[in-house]
This record gives sequence, C-alpha cells and structure tokens, in this order.
Amino acid sequence: MYISTFHLMPHRELPDDFEKRYQSVWVTAPFHELADAKRVGQYYNWTLDELIAAARAGSDGICTNEHHQNAYGFMPSPNLMGSVLARATNGLDCAIVQMGSTLPATQPPIRIAEEYAMLDAISGGRIVAGMPLGTPMDINICYGITPIEQRERYREAHDLIVKAWTAREVFAWNGKYFQLPFVNVWPRPVQQPHPPIWVPGSGSTSTFHYAAQHDYCYCFLSYFGYKTATNTVKKYWEVCQQQGRDVNPYRLGFAQVVGVSETDEQAERDYSKHVEYLYHKLLHIPLEWIGIPGHQDYQSLSNSLRNPMVGQAFATLKQRRYKDFVDEGFAICGSPSTVRDRLKDLCDTLRAGNLMVLLHVGSMPHELTLKNIQLFFNEVAGPLRSIWDDQWDNLWWPVSLRKTAVQGVSA
Amino acid sequence: MTTVVERRLDVWQGKISANVKVAGSSSPVVFLHGAGGLVWDGFLNLLAERHTLYAPELPGTSAGDPDAISHLDNVWDLVLYYNDVLDALGLRSAPIVGHSFGGMLAAEIAANNPERVSKLILMCPIGLWRDEMPLPNWMLISPAADMPKYLFYEPDSPLARMVFGQADVEAQIKMVWSMACTGKFLWPIPDKGLHKRIHRIQAPTLILWGKHDRLVPPAYAEEFARRIPGSKVEMIDRAGHLLGLEHPARLAEIIEQFLEG
Repeated sequence: MYISTFHLMPHRELPDDFEKRYQSVWVTAPFHELADAKRVGQYYNWTLDELIAAARAGSDGICTNEHHQNAYGFMPSPNLMGSVLARATNGLDCAIVQMGSTLPATQPPIRIAEEYAMLDAISGGRIVAGMPLGTPMDINICYGITPIEQRERYREAHDLIVKAWTAREVFAWNGKYFQLPFVNVWPRPVQQPHPPIWVPGSGSTSTFHYAAQHDYCYCFLSYFGYKTATNTVKKYWEVCQQQGRDVNPYRLGFAQVVGVSETDEQAERDYSKHVEYLYHKLLHIPLEWIGIPGHQDYQSLSNSLRNPMVGQAFATLKQRRYKDFVDEGFAICGSPSTVRDRLKDLCDTLRAGNLMVLLHVGSMPHELTLKNIQLFFNEVAGPLRSIWDDQWDNLWWPVSLRKTAVQGVSA
Repeated sequence: MTTVVERRLDVWQGKISANVKVAGSSSPVVFLHGAGGLVWDGFLNLLAERHTLYAPELPGTSAGDPDAISHLDNVWDLVLYYNDVLDALGLRSAPIVGHSFGGMLAAEIAANNPERVSKLILMCPIGLWRDEMPLPNWMLISPAADMPKYLFYEPDSPLARMVFGQADVEAQIKMVWSMACTGKFLWPIPDKGLHKRIHRIQAPTLILWGKHDRLVPPAYAEEFARRIPGSKVEMIDRAGHLLGLEHPARLAEIIEQFLEG
C-alpha cells in the first residue's frame, strides 16, 4: 500500500455559530467578516509545513487540490502549493500528488500541461497528475462553466493535455471548447510519456467508466468513510472488470480522515472538536448546490435521485457527533492499534491501494497536526505498507519512487 | 377530452428526432415550454380547443433520448434548430406562444426570422438582464422546499403542492434534466445577447406577466415592451410565474382575443 497525506487547507478558526449565521461555507461566505489576510498567510504556511513534515516522516506522497471561494479548503491554485512542496522535498522519496488542477475551469487547459510539467521538472519526475472534474460549486457557480457541458469539456481538456505532453510535432487543436493554432508546450514532463494520471471523484458512475477505460487510478474522495463507500466502490470494481481491467488495488485511491493519539480516550479529547468542525462547518453547503441540474449526466442523475444516499448523508451530518463519525467510519480516530486495525479493514473492504490520509482535520491547530503526523507515520503506517505489495505493482506512481512487488503478476 | 398525439420529425441532418406534441384542429399555434420541460396541462388543452397546437420539446427533454441536447451548443444553433422543426411541420408562418425560457426562444426566433412569426405571445419571458433587478438562479433553488415560493402566487395552494409536493421520482428526474438541458443556453446568467437582436421583431407582440412573479420580476415586462416596437403588456392579477397553470381560462381567453384581433 502507498500512503499519501492529503491537506485541504481549510479555515481553522471559524466562529462557533458559523453554520447558524451563514448560508454556506462555499461561494457566499464573506471573507472580510470571517477571515484576515495575514492570518490566512499563516494557514498557508502551516499547511506547507505540515505536508513537508509528513514527507519527512515517511509519507509516500503529499496531496493538494483546487477549490474556490470557500473556507472549506482554499487553495485556488494547487500548483502554487505543489511548487513549494516539490522544491522542499527534493531528495526525499515522496511523490507530489496534485489532486489537482480542475480541468473544466482552466482556460486554456494546456496551462495544466505546462504547470504539471514544470512541477515534474522541479521535482525530478515525482509528480502524480490528478485530473479532477471539480465540484459544482467551484466549476459551475464560482467559475461559471455550464453544468451540462462540464464533463464533455473535461474530456476534451484531458485529450488536449495528454496530446500536448506526448506529441513530438507542433499541432493545431480544433476542438469544440478549445481552439489553439500551435500547440507546443514547454517544458515537457520528466516522466515519459507523461506522469501517472489519477481521476478524483465522488462516486459518479460515468467517472468510473472514464477511469477504467483510460486505465487510470480512480480516487474516491468521499469523507463519509469506508463503510458508506462500500457499495459505491463495489460498483467501481465491477466497471473495471466490465472494461477488461485486472483487479490491481492500486487502481483505487481512497481519502480518509485519521486522528491518532496515545489511547482511544485521548483521541476523543484531541480530535472530537476538530472532526465535528469538519463535518458541521466545513461541509455546511446547501444540498441543491451539490446537485445542480446538468452537473451529473442523465444516468448518474437517475441513479442518485432513485437512491439518494449521498444527499441523505449530507442532510444528516449536523445531527451526528464525534462518536457517530467514528462509529460509522467517517473518521478513523484512536490509539495506534485501533487506527491500524481499521485502516487495514478499510483496505481489505474496498481493495484500496492508494490511501490518502487527512491528518489535518478542520480546526486542528498546527502542533496537534504535527503530533498526528508523527504518531501516524511512526506507529501506524509501518505494518500497513506491505499490504498488496507481495502481489501488485503500483503502476499509477512515479516510476522512480515505486517499490517493486515480490511477484509481479500485474499487467 | 383533447387528444394529444406525438409526432417524431427527423431533423438537424438526421441527428435529432424532434418530438412534437400536437392536439386540436384549425389554425396553427406553436407553444414553446419553459425550463422545467413540457407539461401538457389545462391551459394547453384550452388553446387546443380552438387551434392546432404544436408543442415541440427541447431536444434532451423527450423521454428516452436525454443526450439529444449534445447536438445543439448555443442560441444560434437553437434558433436554426427550431426553424428546422417548423419547416418539418410545414409552418411557414404561425403565431408562437413562449413561456419563460420558451419566451426567450420565441423572441429570438422572431428576431432572426420576422416572417416566420405571425404573432408573438411572451409569457413572463427571460432573456434580458438588468443588474438592479437580478433574477434568482432557479438551477440553485431546492425544487421541493423553495421553488413554489418563486413560481406561484400562492405557494401553499393545493395546486403548488400538487406540482412540487410529489414524491414521483420519474417526474423529478424529468424536471431536473429539463433544467439541465435548458440551462445549456442560460447558464450562468440568462442574458445571451437578446437585447442586441430584439429590435428586429416585427410580429405584433403581447407580453403577459403575473403581477406576483417572484422568479422574473414583473418590471421586466416594461423592459421587453420598450424594446419591441408596438408591443402591448397585460399584467395578470393573482398570478405568479406559472400563470398559465394558475389561470388557464383567463390566459387562454386573453390570448384568443389577441390572435383574433
């Protein structure tokens, strides 16, 4: 198993009554009432320091992503963060996992081909190229992209980026959404033909098909834990098999909130407030913004209206407390052995090879985050690392950082 | 009872099978539906009592063919597509009634092909925008919880409950997907340049607006009126955005008088 550390870079100090006073954490939350630019500078620096600490502690990768106009996680440019991280981790066996630039909102999308290639150059070939569709709040509301065109636009952007990385000749791109007369990006990636591609998603069937068709790693970013994810992920593996793919667990990434302390009781004292802050405040979003008409294609829309699991989970978040989040696996918190056992169960249940742990959660202060990082990599991660590695290679990882499987049976 | 039949027309280089609901006999009238898709109601029945009513569905919103919308990308495509449909129906010139999104579409068709539209009836159309009178974004409104407040004169009426209180998942899917398809031509702000073209409308035009429309402010009636030469406005008492649903008989009567006049 490969374990990466994911950071959202949230606002850490929202007022206690935030979710009662404001409509949403996204889109309309007023910056000047809620934040201070200098203090936000401190959050960015803490975030970078925490990810670098994770890399030094032995994290296989460190992840950033892109969101806009919100207090949930505000790295409008993950590549600015990635650039600092790439430079700071040179010499470490740590991947820079960009989870990453949202394709439909980047105009023209060759900007992503260029910036990822820059990161790959700076890091000496250590990046993973995440290609997210983006949330409806980011892409449709904040950046004004037409919902029903988001997926088609994404697919065209993806094709253009891959061609821009791989073509040896200058080419013209005459697409539906993008027209460029001379494509010839500088620089090109160090990793050839291009860095490994991951597709982050929130459970849409059409994204499963897309990832499986293209032989990419699908990363399920649910925050609702592995128990809730079980059925969705089962469907993903079915799609992989329909597409004639093997069951290499590294085809699946999974993000999980994790808090480690000396004992289970200490974990509750350390993390309960921050876990509740994440689910009560940072996910305080009107349900209808998550289901904007057209954001899902017809099939996914039909599925989710007939079986409104995600909607129901969202709608009932504020009724749940720390104990519920832990019991239901939304957050895995406890002593090193508790956390290790549950993560092992997670990997077995989901068949997940690329685990992304969120070791900074909600309002967690810097010092506690560093404690969580140290405890996790010193006392939890070790025995988990060998899961899957006797059978499978992580083909979706920078080649120079791959561990070699004992018996390579994967394709 | 009015008998409604469906006609399938092979249009747009054979890429789209247009679905047109047709009822009645005598002189033709075309009805263009709003963002929620075509729902054949009592208002359309009344229009069909005295006319042959043709109600084309926007591609993508017809049952069993959700991806047809992928062949139309912008307002220019949309206007020419509806010309294709009118050609296939053999309607060289006809009165067009358009509601909301359908009103914007009717105005665009009338501006592009003045000879195509003999009379134009706009029921609380969208398509114009003034910063001091912003429209709420209906694609971000919770259908069950909040939509009735924007659409009905009486949001708690049995009628509003009947339309939005239903647990019928298939109807929900149809409505949400219709908003997705119409949203292709409206997102993120429903101003796609009609104000530059609207002066080309030549058809005698009637603008109808619910006095209590909380989705498209009634002040937009004047915005349309002052841009369409010779148009007249009629404000409807005790009516919201779904004025045809709320007052079918009154609306049908007003429209009939205008068509006869």
